[in-house]
Amino acid sequence: MRLAAKTLLALTTAGALAALATAAPAQELVVVSWGGAYSKSQQNAYHDPYMQANPGVKIVNDDSAPEAVSKLRAMNEVKNVTWDLVDAVASDAIRLCDEGLAEPINHDEVLAPAPDGSPASKDFGAFIVSECFIPQIVYSTTFGYRKDKLATAPTSVCDVFDLKKFPGKRSLEKKPINNFEWALLCDGVAPDKIYDVMGADGGVDRALKKLDTIKDQVIWWTKGAQTPQLLADGEVVIGSTYNGRLFSVIEEEKQPIGMLWDWQVFDIDGWIIPAGTKNLEAVKKYLRYATDTQRLADQAKYISYGPTRASSAPLVGKHATLGIDMKAHMPTDPKNAKTTLLYNYEFWADNQDDFTERFEAWLAK
Amino acid sequence: MPGGARDALPDMVDEGSDVAETSSDGVAVGGAGGANDNAFVRFAEVQKSYDGISLVVKSLNLDIAKGEFLTMLGPSGSGKTTCLMMLAGFEPATYGEIYLDGQPINNVPPHKRDIGMVFQNYALFPHMTVAENLAFPLNVRRMGKAEVQERVQRALDMVQLGAFGGRRPAQLSGGQQQRVAVARALVFDPKLVLMDEPLGALDKQLREQMQYEIKHIHENLEVTVVYVTHDQSEALTMSNRIAVFNDGVIQQLAPPADLYERPDNSFVAQFIGENNKLTGTLAARNGTGCEVTLDTGESVKALAVNTGAVGERTMLSLRPERVMVDPGEGQCDTRVPGRVEELIYLGDHIRTRISVCGRDDFIVKVPNSTEHAGLAPGNDVALGWRLEDCRALDMPANE
Amino acid sequence: MTDVTGTNGELVTADGRPLRASLARALRRQKLQALLLVAPLFLFILVSFVLPIADMLFRSVENSIVAKVLPETTTALRSWDPQGDALPGEEVYAALYRDMLIAAKNRTATRVGQRLNYESSGFSSLFRSSARKVKRIKAGPYKPAMIKAHKKWGKLETWQVIANYNARYTPGYFYAAVDARIDTDGGVTMQDEDKRIYVNLFLRTLGLSLTITLATLVLGFPAAYLLALLPTAKSNLLLILVLLPFWTSLLVRTTAWIALLQQQGVINEFLVFLSIVGTDDRPRLIHNQVGTVIAMTHILLPFMVLPLYSVMKTIPKSYVRAAISLGAHPWRAFWAVYFPSTVPGIGAGAILVFILAIGYYITPDLVGGTSGTFISNRIALHISSSLNWGLAAALGVILLGIVLALYLLYDKIVGIDNMKLG
Repeated sequence: MRLAAKTLLALTTAGALAALATAAPAQELVVVSWGGAYSKSQQNAYHDPYMQANPGVKIVNDDSAPEAVSKLRAMNEVKNVTWDLVDAVASDAIRLCDEGLAEPINHDEVLAPAPDGSPASKDFGAFIVSECFIPQIVYSTTFGYRKDKLATAPTSVCDVFDLKKFPGKRSLEKKPINNFEWALLCDGVAPDKIYDVMGADGGVDRALKKLDTIKDQVIWWTKGAQTPQLLADGEVVIGSTYNGRLFSVIEEEKQPIGMLWDWQVFDIDGWIIPAGTKNLEAVKKYLRYATDTQRLADQAKYISYGPTRASSAPLVGKHATLGIDMKAHMPTDPKNAKTTLLYNYEFWADNQDDFTERFEAWLAK
Repeated sequence: MPGGARDALPDMVDEGSDVAETSSDGVAVGGAGGANDNAFVRFAEVQKSYDGISLVVKSLNLDIAKGEFLTMLGPSGSGKTTCLMMLAGFEPATYGEIYLDGQPINNVPPHKRDIGMVFQNYALFPHMTVAENLAFPLNVRRMGKAEVQERVQRALDMVQLGAFGGRRPAQLSGGQQQRVAVARALVFDPKLVLMDEPLGALDKQLREQMQYEIKHIHENLEVTVVYVTHDQSEALTMSNRIAVFNDGVIQQLAPPADLYERPDNSFVAQFIGENNKLTGTLAARNGTGCEVTLDTGESVKALAVNTGAVGERTMLSLRPERVMVDPGEGQCDTRVPGRVEELIYLGDHIRTRISVCGRDDFIVKVPNSTEHAGLAPGNDVALGWRLEDCRALDMPANE
Repeated sequence: MTDVTGTNGELVTADGRPLRASLARALRRQKLQALLLVAPLFLFILVSFVLPIADMLFRSVENSIVAKVLPETTTALRSWDPQGDALPGEEVYAALYRDMLIAAKNRTATRVGQRLNYESSGFSSLFRSSARKVKRIKAGPYKPAMIKAHKKWGKLETWQVIANYNARYTPGYFYAAVDARIDTDGGVTMQDEDKRIYVNLFLRTLGLSLTITLATLVLGFPAAYLLALLPTAKSNLLLILVLLPFWTSLLVRTTAWIALLQQQGVINEFLVFLSIVGTDDRPRLIHNQVGTVIAMTHILLPFMVLPLYSVMKTIPKSYVRAAISLGAHPWRAFWAVYFPSTVPGIGAGAILVFILAIGYYITPDLVGGTSGTFISNRIALHISSSLNWGLAAALGVILLGIVLALYLLYDKIVGIDNMKLG
């Protein structure tokens, strides 16, 4: 029944958007993103200046990114794609590209080169994880802790597993990704061997066994807003979430929370063009503007996620309203990025389904 | 209450009929709690208010004898149902005391009063069969299985529904449901049976039939019944005595014949049966009789029942069947001229509307005999009546 | 009146037509009108309800992707014995090569990979990398070439999975939905112990939904009773209070419960303040089953109160009074007479609450922690995150089946005509 509802939702949204698109006289681009502070940062850094420069274009926000993959699939099945640009995490972008739901692009052709003239593919470097993916920001999943409730500040991700020194509840994301990595790391696995161990027989058991040691002290979250709230309420003393969420609860809401950057897991978020968009050329034009060096650096004024272009990093300045220097809050800042992991897209694409089942079965035990 | 205690009490009244005589003067005037050996049910100075501002029942004194069929009759809002509910225990009296079988019952909860009740909508339990409905009060009293069965069957036979025990109430007709409700209220031999407009939902023919059935059941079982209705013909048919309620007060308490023939006041005269009224001023009094000058100037002789001093206004009450058309000399004490306005043929009699003494709504029931065959609209006619048939009563407030 | 009788004894109208035909003609207009009036609703239900459910039923068994993307391979595999211990022959590999070439061009290879990855880990990368590498294979023999492209092509298990899951329709999703799977040899076995989740989730969903239904009944019955007793003016006001939660978004209400129930939350602080519990052993009221039951009972309470109220309002006061006058203690009068009359309302409320509860997922997701989540949370996950729509559909079909079964059971025990929604 849920499926029915979802399909219906997709169909009706598609229909409604189609009606909107045909009714408007100006060229309208439907940009799908995550809503909230994140969409606002895009509005400020990309959409507003672009619309100012191009009065004939109207950019419409749609906050459906959390369901983007399933919705794109549904749209594709009925052959009526009404979105023009979709913000997606890299793993979803790879999947969409694999399934032919995203448009492959030539990065050097479509995107602007760096100010020094080096081509886009070089400026973005390894962040281009798929031929359909246009990287935008780097974010990380990392830990925040209550400064006032812990006797000593945690310095290592393994302190999360140390109930003696750091007693209290923890919050972790309710999925195996990241948690398995940290568990194995703190169980003594060398950082470069993590996926070998996890993929081998007994690897999952080993990770779960490590997680067993803190299981009864964990509150599992499913939405990024939960950990900041749990920390602010004092429900947990330490918890994982996206670094941008922690930034806002620390710097904007002034909560007594500290950041633990140790072994933060990088992930990339960026754009994909849905295959079948009716405004391909207009979207490419917009993309060239919205992903140039200055624009990516501008976005960091509004939210603490790092630009994916190497050339943008030096341009990151102060927060637009708080006036804080944002460089120190970027997950990519050398001081924060001493120990990092990068989301292993290939590995998780293969093992996510299987491991999730085992993880869920473990949770239910 | 167990039957034994009840039996131990002395029988206070042997028969309803003599009660009717002893209390024909209307509302009993005994003081609060004053002993009256004849009373089986007794309201002493009972008052009831729902809102603390106005009284729905105003200082009610009423004695009901054992075995009597007493009807509380009155328009809606007159307080009769409230009295019944106070007796049943569903409404507390605001002031005063109610006695049942000599015991004050204000503090006895309703389920311990041992009073059977029949409701307007029958209140048969829809999820139980007829037999289960009847067995309910017996099971509540922890009666043995065999006895329950026997009593249920007897009660069903009494109301001629012996074969219907296995049916659900919804499968019965309105009349049948009614009978089941009566049987259920009687099956546990209650001290007293209350009936709250039990026939209100039935059609006319069935209602009349049920009136007789209930009357016969009452006569056969010699059970005390307090019956509430707003239908006067129902009250007249069934009751030993009728208490006419209006405005929270008993207007008159009397056997049916008295109530019709000898109403005490203008409300009763107008509420019970058809009534012709003439208004005027009391001119003179002589013993039980009086002379009244009508507003149109005629002088009429009447029975002074409920009049004030000479010179005060009064209302004359005349039953249509007591008015004579073209009366012979010496047959009547008063003669007035009138004119026939309208004739309505009703088989056994002809309803004749006549304008008399300035009123054109004067009704006379003329027997369908050759004697009056000449009546026709427009004819002048002489009317007359005897002094004792014309009752001078209080003037209603709204006239 | 005289009957007009036709030649064969049938009644006819004045103009000689058969009476039956004339009647039908006279009624046709009426019928057409009635049909037109229900047509919009009928179409709406067809499009928004019947079709999606049919689609879901279809998806729960549909498996055409494998045969569609790998047509030659599936045909060639028919002559191969999956129970044997030999790899397929060269002709199968050649067919695979040709299929993969086309699939790589059409970008459909990873879809098959993903489909088969649900059954066995590793297929996703197998197909992704094979689609990349297959272009570089210039000539046969294809068996060694394919195995060189990815070593999994040389594993017996890989071929067994393809052979087991290449039919156009498969019961595989249903097996998965009840913690079973098709074994490599084609038989059905239970899933490994550490992967069994769905049966427990179904049982938990049913158990918690039942608890929630009972809780709403226990809380809602007295409330509805009070509403039914009060005069209309007052009961209307209170009814608005019952409906008030509907005017607040579900998410807000759920979040409010988090603020109330969490360990540093209002209720726990109050309990500590009253010294009922120590500050270190505050009870866990949220992120577990307790939280789910509390929050969902609150959210679903109106669905119990409203049908109860509407039924109770129609129960005449005289029923209980009659029972009391017949000698029953008020309690007995209530249980023997009033309560049975409310059964239609209880039935309607319970069915409504239970069916709504069984499909909830936002609230359990936020307050249920690990022990208080429902099967619908898994369905939502498979729809939006893992994209295993087939499994989601199979889970949905089973859920639908459970609801229908309970409905039939209810019909058998209480009788569906006995249900009164208002």
